[in-house]
Amino acid sequence: MTHKHIMPFGLLAKIWLALLALTGVTVGVASVDLGYLNVLAAMAVASTKALLVVLFFMHLKYENRALGAFVILVFVILAIFIGFTFFDVAWRPEGGA
Amino acid sequence: MPSPGETVPFLDPYPGRSGILSWIFSTDHKRIGMLYLWSILTMFAVGVVIGVLMRLELIAPGRTIMGAQTYNAMFTLHGVVMIFLFVIPGIPAAFGNILLPLQIGAEDVSFPRLNIFSWWLYLTGAALAVTSLFTGGGPPDTGWTFYVPFSERTTTNVSLAVVAVFILGFSSILTGLNFITTIHRLRAPKMSWGKLPLFVWSLYATAWIQLLATPVLGITVALVFIERLLGIGLFDPARGGDPLLYQHLFWIYSHPAVYIMIVPAMGVVSDIIPAFARKSIFGYKAIAVSSLAIAFAGSLVWAHHMFTSGMSDTAVMVFSFLTFVVAIPSAIKVFNWVATLYKGSIYLEPPLLFSLGFIFLFSAGGLTGLVLGSAGTDIHVHDTYFVVAHFHYVIFGGTGFGLFAAMHFWFPKIFGRMYDRKLANASWYLLIGGFNMLYFPMFIIGLMGMPRRYYDYLPMYQTGHMVSTVGSWVLVAGLVTMFWGLSKCFHGPRTVGRNPWGAATLEWTLPSPPPHLTFLDPPDEVPSPYSYEGVKRDD
Repeated sequence: MTHKHIMPFGLLAKIWLALLALTGVTVGVASVDLGYLNVLAAMAVASTKALLVVLFFMHLKYENRALGAFVILVFVILAIFIGFTFFDVAWRPEGGA
Repeated sequence: MPSPGETVPFLDPYPGRSGILSWIFSTDHKRIGMLYLWSILTMFAVGVVIGVLMRLELIAPGRTIMGAQTYNAMFTLHGVVMIFLFVIPGIPAAFGNILLPLQIGAEDVSFPRLNIFSWWLYLTGAALAVTSLFTGGGPPDTGWTFYVPFSERTTTNVSLAVVAVFILGFSSILTGLNFITTIHRLRAPKMSWGKLPLFVWSLYATAWIQLLATPVLGITVALVFIERLLGIGLFDPARGGDPLLYQHLFWIYSHPAVYIMIVPAMGVVSDIIPAFARKSIFGYKAIAVSSLAIAFAGSLVWAHHMFTSGMSDTAVMVFSFLTFVVAIPSAIKVFNWVATLYKGSIYLEPPLLFSLGFIFLFSAGGLTGLVLGSAGTDIHVHDTYFVVAHFHYVIFGGTGFGLFAAMHFWFPKIFGRMYDRKLANASWYLLIGGFNMLYFPMFIIGLMGMPRRYYDYLPMYQTGHMVSTVGSWVLVAGLVTMFWGLSKCFHGPRTVGRNPWGAATLEWTLPSPPPHLTFLDPPDEVPSPYSYEGVKRDD
């Protein structure tokens, strides 16, 4: 390794608390019936949590841009995989297939 | 003065190190490539034997040589062995490992230990797949697709088989990771992206699919395993699961996997055609970009396997449209290869013959794919022998012939000996004839309505089945002739020079076979990979 980045303990604790709070949001949203928006909300919260983990716990915030671009590309592809599945799920006739 | 490692051919023992351990724990990319080569060819032989036995069973209606349950296990095993153990690792893991660092002027791949670990994972997965045949409730009978809910209810040994697939998936992911890093970080300083051989471009595109799509398969088969073990309702509708979700997840990997199989073969053909037309490749950038375009667009078409599954009409229309989009970069490649041949000074040597076979068979497979990608016609031919024919034209006619072309192109470089060219040419005629005799009738009986994976059939399909089975014998005769001819590479004095074909990529500047240590210092000059001016044959 050419460099090491030491994360301050306070920042790590804040991120941890944010992740816990977002878990609470997931639980809260699950108890409200929003139709298929429930899934979107859950995915949005989960994505935010993943972003926090990748940026701070995995130090991506402090890496070079090329690495960041690759990670973004991977997440875009993942979003497409999941999003395209909804061409089926969101438009499936009532009563299932 | 060069060290022994820089002069001793990599196939010979490194001074002070010999025996089997110097192979199975080697971190040399060339030796690891050879380990993969022998592994995949062994698996290919197993898959061929099973395929021929299946064809023999189908020569006449009713029982011929095996029972229905054995037949179900046979087609499952044929698929698993051929797809996961032969075709997917085939060209990238064997020829990619041997050639990628040589073609970019690098000493090795970025992570040599990870590389040998990948092979060990492959071997472990293969061993588990074979073990699944003889343990538990008997050999899996689901087909290589492991479709739910049957795969969760069958008492055969599906659990171990999916664990094997999971492990094989990791082998593939790690190879992809290694290749991407190597191409980005270890190219010779003067090897710009515009000077990369097209085989390297194809490995690069393939590696991205391996890295991004394979984890989805890992997760999916892990979920099947968990559902079988714990009985939670993920996919099984009886437990509140969604069986279509399984199909989505399976094909999110397994359709791009088709491009893991075919894109490296396209790279092989892109390297061979200009060398034997003595002419620079037509449309270098278009071919390079089309590899990436196939990798990307090919990852967005998975649900065309599901038109009859009951998914929404919206999804049917979207995925049908996207499927047609993939035909564009594939066609760009075919047109550029043909344009390269146009007015070339053509040497009809075995590698070019196999490449021409690739173009013809792949085109037939690709165009019939549009019949399947079109939602209306797919309803008629879905799950019939039409699909079996289309798939074998693309994968055997494409990837298989691409691999044969690669063997005839690079074996003289790898072994330092030339194969029997007459046998190679003769085998090509047998293979092309046998291949079409075996698979073309399947298009016809498929259109007539013969369902795939059926043990028995109505008498109206018998002529097609019989011709097909006889074709399988011709094909096997072709394979035996080909390997007999290639076996001349394995013994006798090494007489092949550095560049028997007069090709222009960097590996041809090295001795045949290359020494243990190559490109310790990156090459000073990196010529254009398809510029043949001043390049002389050295055979």
